[in-house]
Amino acid sequence: MIEVKDAVKRFLDTNVLDHVNLTIEKGDKIALMGPNGAGKTTLVRAILGFYHLDSGEIRVKGYHPTKERVKVLKNISFIPQTPPPIKLSISELLEFVSKSSDVKQESIKEEAARMDLDVEKNLQKPFFKLSGGMKQKMLIAIALAKKSDILIFDEPTANLDPKAREKFYALLSELDSDVSTIFITHRLEEVEKLVNREIYMDLGKIVEDRRVGV
Amino acid sequence: MKNLGLIAKLDIKESIRSRWFFVYLLVFGALMALFFVTGITDSVVMGFTGLSRLLLVYMQVTIVILPIFILITTVKSISADRESAILEYMLSFPISLRDYYWGKMIGRFTITFFPVLLALVLGVVWGAFKGAEIPWNVLLIYSAFVFALCAVFLGIAFFISTIVKSHDVALGSSFVVWIVLLAFIDIALIGLMLQNRWSDEFIISIALLNPLEVFRVGAIALFDPELTVMGPVAYYLLDTFGKKMFLVYAILYPLFLGALFAYLGYYFFKKKDLL
Ligand SMILES: Nc1ncnc2c1ncn2[C@@H]1O[C@H](COP(=O)(O)OP(=O)(O)O)[C@@H](O)[C@H]1O
Ligand SMILES: [Mg+2]
Repeated sequence: MIEVKDAVKRFLDTNVLDHVNLTIEKGDKIALMGPNGAGKTTLVRAILGFYHLDSGEIRVKGYHPTKERVKVLKNISFIPQTPPPIKLSISELLEFVSKSSDVKQESIKEEAARMDLDVEKNLQKPFFKLSGGMKQKMLIAIALAKKSDILIFDEPTANLDPKAREKFYALLSELDSDVSTIFITHRLEEVEKLVNREIYMDLGKIVEDRRVGV
Repeated sequence: MKNLGLIAKLDIKESIRSRWFFVYLLVFGALMALFFVTGITDSVVMGFTGLSRLLLVYMQVTIVILPIFILITTVKSISADRESAILEYMLSFPISLRDYYWGKMIGRFTITFFPVLLALVLGVVWGAFKGAEIPWNVLLIYSAFVFALCAVFLGIAFFISTIVKSHDVALGSSFVVWIVLLAFIDIALIGLMLQNRWSDEFIISIALLNPLEVFRVGAIALFDPELTVMGPVAYYLLDTFGKKMFLVYAILYPLFLGALFAYLGYYFFKKKDLL
């Protein structure tokens, strides 16, 4: 699914990604951990095609993240660390997602309903005016409705209360077993039951990569 | 391709709700409306024979505020999107960078030029109401000047936004561009000429390269065939090129410059890191 070969990304003379090698197989559920500044977000952004590598290469289903970004991103759902203060209204955001990614607006609304978020009632509200929890649920609903082969979450539950967090993980456990998932997280105990791989990064390197029983 | 229109449409909707657009519409729309309305009323009285004091003032104000308004609001909104991770999220969807960049550009252009268009219509309606013979030529050419001026500064703003990642540096650079261009309109150029330190040809070239000066001379030539309010550089330019030639140049050159910067911005948007 995803292949990272000898990837190096430098910011201001430090290797934020320092010769990273990683192969993610179909169906892998990964907890990506490590101290702040380890390079987790940078790795994910390189996979999503936001950064050009200084050397090495990345392939997502055989596609190049920057040269073939549309093909790469068709297969990925991404949820950022904190919900961005998007100024579009919910209905505009839904239009954007459904047209750009070929998702039915209905299926986003259904996913949201499963987390007790009523989209219809909020259609005219700007996204940034929703509460923290509602924003996160909206992003999660979009990510799940996209039915991607790869899900990438950068600390997805930071803004959720414990109940919503449980709901979220319950939804994830229903995912197709073929879907590959990367969770960046500080709380292993939360995702422990969902993952089959635990990867630790520090100073731009992968320092530990072990498979665990599901 | 379908996403180009989508991005443009959403950007326009977002801008229409924003505070800067409200202020822009108010300030610039009102200014342009006054401009066209007085222009037409004046022409009823004396035909377009002279550039009235008032028209001159409006034009000068346009030269000062239009560029800075376009630069600041555009640079600000793009770098704010980047810093607040909106860009990261929106670009995690399968949209080509071409559709995203040019879609934003089309959206911005529509929004910036819209008040001018609105004012133009208002001016024409007013003129018809006053029973004036509407000077279509003058109005259309002047609108084309403003269109070209919008193009230059949008191009520069997009260029700055893509090559400079930091919010403060981007704003600072816009400000510098604005000051430098303003500094080299007629007044400063006369100063240089008088000092005799640089050759006249050099000074004329500077004038010809500065889109603000080109706009200024073009507008004066358009409204004041007698060239009574013209500085020496402007006079020289019109004398050398001839009025028709210069009017064409005053439309095409800024358009070309704007397109060039916009394209360079696009080039770096594709070649450099997005965040
Ligand atoms: N765009 C950037 N420009 C310069 N330095 C950056 C940039 N993005 C990240 N960094 C630096 O790279 C390092 C790794 O960052 P990041 O990948 O966000 O770490 P993590 O997500 O593991 O906390 C940090 O030291 C950060 O300051
Ligand atoms: Mg991070």
